[in-house]
Parts: sequence; structure tokens; C-alpha cells
Amino acid sequence: MNSHPPRPDSSACDAATPGESGSGDDGFEVAGRRLDSRLIVGTGRYDTMPAMRDSLAASGAHCVTVAVRREKLYDRSGQNILDFLDLDRYILLPNTAGCYSATDAVRAARLGREILRTLENPGQDWVKLEVLGDSKTLLPDPVETLRACEQLAADGFDVLCYTSDDPVTARRLKAAGAASVMPAGSPIGSGQGLLNPNNLRIILEYLKDDDPDYPVIVDAGVGTASDVAEAFELGADAVLLNTAIAHARDPVRMARAMGAAAAAGRDAYLAGRIPKRLYATASSPEEGVISSRPYGSQPVGE
Amino acid sequence: MNVTVNGVAAEYPDGVTIERLVQLADVPPNYLAVEVNKDVVPREQHGTHRLRDGDTVEVVTLVGGG
Repeated sequence: MNSHPPRPDSSACDAATPGESGSGDDGFEVAGRRLDSRLIVGTGRYDTMPAMRDSLAASGAHCVTVAVRREKLYDRSGQNILDFLDLDRYILLPNTAGCYSATDAVRAARLGREILRTLENPGQDWVKLEVLGDSKTLLPDPVETLRACEQLAADGFDVLCYTSDDPVTARRLKAAGAASVMPAGSPIGSGQGLLNPNNLRIILEYLKDDDPDYPVIVDAGVGTASDVAEAFELGADAVLLNTAIAHARDPVRMARAMGAAAAAGRDAYLAGRIPKRLYATASSPEEGVISSRPYGSQPVGE
Repeated sequence: MNVTVNGVAAEYPDGVTIERLVQLADVPPNYLAVEVNKDVVPREQHGTHRLRDGDTVEVVTLVGGG
């Protein structure tokens, strides 16, 4: 009765577990810390603190960045971000944003460490190092960044180092002791996405060549969810973003989209994309077509 | 004595401690870090560290950032 060929062993399908843990965003390790999500999100530029809190939750992030600023001793606005961050849930990553010299960046890092130490947050000895060289483009100053990275690494910090997408600088920062190198996709807050994917490919190749677990995090420039997916498809270990969520029309929904894009992009990377080809290849069998024109033939007269 | 706090120079009582100074900020002390003349003073020393004339003090907290 049954003339169909036997089905292949169905356990082959059951065994196809995506990623290592069944979810696209399987987490990763940086500076000896396990982060449950490959998305790191910033806490800046939200209209309100509750909007920030809800967006962080929707993103699924385990690590969030914060900045160190002067306390307004005399004219307080009344709200402190720490009242809106669940410190049992998030690892804080203090940044050195706004610093234009290695000296100032090292000071900001030490102040951030002091606050996290007294909060007993596990992020206390790491820092997102950012030393800017130009206020219009917010591009990093590579010389000062390298200098600060060396000093902070010697001072016991785990340095997650923001840099441009230049592969040579990235290699120098890794050699200087950065726990992670974090190339920008495009300028901070610009939403231009990944402007030079080839440079990011080269950075990933160079930094992971003899050290496949070395974490490379794409930081800055993300505009929408597809940018996040693209970064993961290139092989990035994580993506750090802020403005694309905070300034979306609906930040909570965009945060959710970013989390889904991280999972999708990571899964696609692990699955292995097909090579791009110039010409088509048929998805349906070439055998048994009800057509007078054989597959692959040119029409008469051409 | 004159002390500059977060960029603003003002007169303070002689020998004022960091602890007394940060009481001006209406936030829990563990939300703050203090730097005197560009060196962090650990919170455990705030009660005993007395400021001196001409000191430059930074009192910082965490804010939203990327």
C-alpha cells in the first residue's frame, strides 16, 4: 500500500537544538563574568525613569551601562537612577563617557568603582572605557584610549574598551589588556547601523584568531533591530546599544525587538548562512517537471 | 576655609569632614563617591577625613548613560 520511501529517522530533527541552550541568545562570558544575555543596554536618554526601567526589562539585558556625574548637591531633581534599577537583577557597567583624556577617564573609572563597591554590585571592578577625541563625531581618541586602557588594566580593572572599527587599534587595545574590545558600528547615537562590516569582520578575525572566546562587542551606532541581527551574524559576541531604544517612538516595543534580533542573529550565525551566488538555484526538484522546456535551458531564439 | 565642591568654591567650617559635607546631598551615602584633589576617598574614611583649605572635592553619583 505504502509506496513512499521510508522517512528519515525523526530523531535527527529532535536533535537539532539551536545554540547551546535552546535559545538564540545563549549568553556569554566577559572578564570571567557570565552574562545571561548578549545584549548590553544603556540607561541614558529616556524620557522618564519608569520608561527606562520597563525598556531594560523588555530587552532581556543582564548588564546595563551607567555614567558617573557630579551630584547636584543643592538643586536636586529628586530622582536617582539607582532607585529604578534592580541591583539584584542587573550588573552595572559604569562608563567614562564625556572624558577627553586618559587622566580624566581613569578618575571617572575609579569613582564608578567606588560607588559600585559600596552598592556591593558585581560590576565594581569593570569599566566601559570611552575616551573621546572630538565632540561633534564623538569618535574615540585612540592614543588616549590606549593609555587609559593600560593604566586601568594595571590598576586591576576589567576594561571593556570602546573604540572605532579600525582593526589595528583594536589589536593594540587587546594587547594593552582590554577584557573586551568594543568597536563602533557607526558614531554614537547616530543610528547609522554598521557602516563598515568588513572592518568588523577583520577585527573579529584578528582578535579571535588564537583566542576564539575573546569577547568582541559591537558598541554604538545601532539604529534598529536588523543592525543588531547583522552584528551577531558577523560573529560579534554581544551588542551594546542605548539611543535606538531610548529614542524609539515606543521604547519598550523596540527593546523587545532588539532582544529578538539578538536571538535571531546569534542563531543565524551558529546555523551558518549559505554563500551568496550570482545566479539562482532552484528550490524545487529539477526532475519530473511537467514542462516542454528542460530546467536550465534558454528559450528558443536566445 | 575655602573648599571647591563640584566646581563651586565656598566657605566651609574649618576641618569639616566629608561625611558632614555629603549630608548636604539628599541621597543615600552609598549612591555617592567622593574624590579629594583627584584621589578617591573610600567611604569608610568619610567620617574621619577632614577637608583642608584649598581642597578640591568632587561628589559624584550614577546617572543614565550608554
